[in-house]
Amino acid sequence: MPSMTYREAGRLAVQEAMRADPTVWCVGEDLGRGGVFGQYAGLEAEFGTDRICSAPISEAAIMGAAVGAAMAGTRPIVEMRFADFALCAIDELVNQAAKARYMFGGQSKVPITVREPMGMWRSSAAQHSQSLESWYTHIPGLVVVAPSTPADNYGLLSAAIEADDPVVYMEHKNLWDVSGEVNSGEIIPLGKARIARSGTDVTIVSWSAQLHTALDATKILSREGIEAEVIDLRSLWPWDEEAVAKSLSKTGRLIVCHEAVSVSGFGAEILATISERHFGLLKRPPIRLAAPRIPISYAPNLEDEVRVTADDIAQAARRID
Amino acid sequence: MVKTNLDVGRLSERFRMMLRIRAFEEFAIRAADEKLVLGAIHPSIGQEACATGICAALRKDDFLLSTHRGHGHTLAKGADATAMMRELFGREGGICGGKGGSMHIADFSVGMLGANGVVAANINIAAGAAHAAKLMGQDKISVCIFGDGAINRGPFLEGLNWAAAFKLPVLFVCEDNEWASTTRSKDVTGGDSPGKRAEALGIAAEQVDGNDVMAVEDATTRLVAAIRAGGGPRLLHAVTYRLLGHTSVDKAAYRPDGEADKKWTNCPISRASTLLTGAGMSQTELDSFRSNAFDEMQAAFDDAKASPWPNTVNAYADVQDIGALQPLDT
Ligand SMILES: Cc1ncc(C[n+]2csc(CCOP(=O)(O)OP(=O)(O)O)c2C)c(N)n1
Repeated sequence: MPSMTYREAGRLAVQEAMRADPTVWCVGEDLGRGGVFGQYAGLEAEFGTDRICSAPISEAAIMGAAVGAAMAGTRPIVEMRFADFALCAIDELVNQAAKARYMFGGQSKVPITVREPMGMWRSSAAQHSQSLESWYTHIPGLVVVAPSTPADNYGLLSAAIEADDPVVYMEHKNLWDVSGEVNSGEIIPLGKARIARSGTDVTIVSWSAQLHTALDATKILSREGIEAEVIDLRSLWPWDEEAVAKSLSKTGRLIVCHEAVSVSGFGAEILATISERHFGLLKRPPIRLAAPRIPISYAPNLEDEVRVTADDIAQAARRID
Repeated sequence: MVKTNLDVGRLSERFRMMLRIRAFEEFAIRAADEKLVLGAIHPSIGQEACATGICAALRKDDFLLSTHRGHGHTLAKGADATAMMRELFGREGGICGGKGGSMHIADFSVGMLGANGVVAANINIAAGAAHAAKLMGQDKISVCIFGDGAINRGPFLEGLNWAAAFKLPVLFVCEDNEWASTTRSKDVTGGDSPGKRAEALGIAAEQVDGNDVMAVEDATTRLVAAIRAGGGPRLLHAVTYRLLGHTSVDKAAYRPDGEADKKWTNCPISRASTLLTGAGMSQTELDSFRSNAFDEMQAAFDDAKASPWPNTVNAYADVQDIGALQPLDT
């Protein structure tokens, strides 16, 4: 099993998809030099400047052109550079990409993969740090994915590129250098969660970089005799309700933790769904751990105010016990 | 006076298309008045020469992207009037299954990739369709029609620059009807013209009398030839006038008295009719063109009115493949 970084795993998924299908191409700013995070390194040399298209700083045009190009028979991979900048292309994503198939009565699908690197990443402050995944789950037509490991970044990105739906694919900027085993060909179906750690006492649901914090918390808890089960949701729409319910039938206790703001964060949807449909499985009131509703600061100590730490999670697990 | 170089056969064909568009919209307005068409409709009455002239210069497989005022463009590109009328009525068999209505009318089978409810949004999408054609080595072109109001939105800059930078086969058409909703566009627009803005981005532009159907067709044919030959994007500024209100219920009371009355004398259909008469065409023949168009659209209207609503389960269809909801009532 070859080991590679989360960055390299994403690059491999793109490279294989482009080799297999000549209609797959990438479009975004600075892709020729490998993208801002190096996730496209070397691809221009292999595929040329037409298919690794370095775009002007025109997010609306990058997204809008991808919508048109998808309706005209290609499968664009759209690079938004930072999830925050995708807000300059929100009409193109929400009103156009997500709606075209429906409004036109199924005359066309819009197979685009929109890569939106998200999350906190060394003092990047309020406009380069946000986790807005929950916004997109609110939009019919979109699929939303947030991988946490190199294997998932390979397998889920491969699936996203293959999908005929517009997929908002949110890699976490703090995970680019994380290494792990990746097997070429292991495509992971969208919408299926992963048990990142099994346990019997409490279910912790998370995704993206926060998943790793949850795993750190289990080490603390294990020393205290609490065995937590950690579910990596991987996809937020569709999300694997069944996997969460199955785990709860064992533990009866639910903690959801995420990096995004708590208010209207995806944790709210999970808690609401579990309360409505699986209330009988809950032995204790469920807990949400997420950021307070304040922007993300530059100074490290202020930035840390929005972080959910392993200690926070461990404490919640003790509280719910 | 008989113009010696007038191609009567071609003009009469264009005349008939303009009559079809006019009749379609007159029936659509009637349907809106009778509450058979429930959503807003934006008639293009007075602008039929643009739709007709532009589409006459295109191939069926060329892409066309339109606006909220897109009935004429869609008909001229070759869509079926009955399926379109059913769509306006929101009925089964509508061209988009009754899910889009007037503002999202589209017919991908004739390259018509959609009207759009968001002003200027199709500019980037059209550039992208052209981008795809270029990537796949096809010789189709993409045509994007937008209004004078659209040139003040960001996609006009981003999309035109995009097409210029990547030398894409796109024809941008600013169908300038002087008004953007209730605002006179020149009161809120800097610079001289859309053409000047295009030229600043390296895109050659032409202006044309948008009520002269032959002139629109000829200009489009010229520009399309340059684009298909690999010359990159072009812009056509077609100057016309919106003879009615912004929507079918807008009386356009904000316009100065007499402005529209004066413009009616420049109606593209009257102008074509005068030319055809001058070229010796009989009144009987002209009248039969009118009644053919009327009859076709009367039939479309009757058909739409008699068509059933779409099956409710269709509300759940064509949302997405992955993570789609199941219909609640099946
Ligand atoms: C982004 C956006 N802003 C505002 C509107 C509301 N609106 C619909 S049509 C219109 C006027 C557009 O004028 P123009 O582009 O000149 O086209 P015309 O209506 O004259 O054909 C406006 C403001 C909209 N649909 N989309």
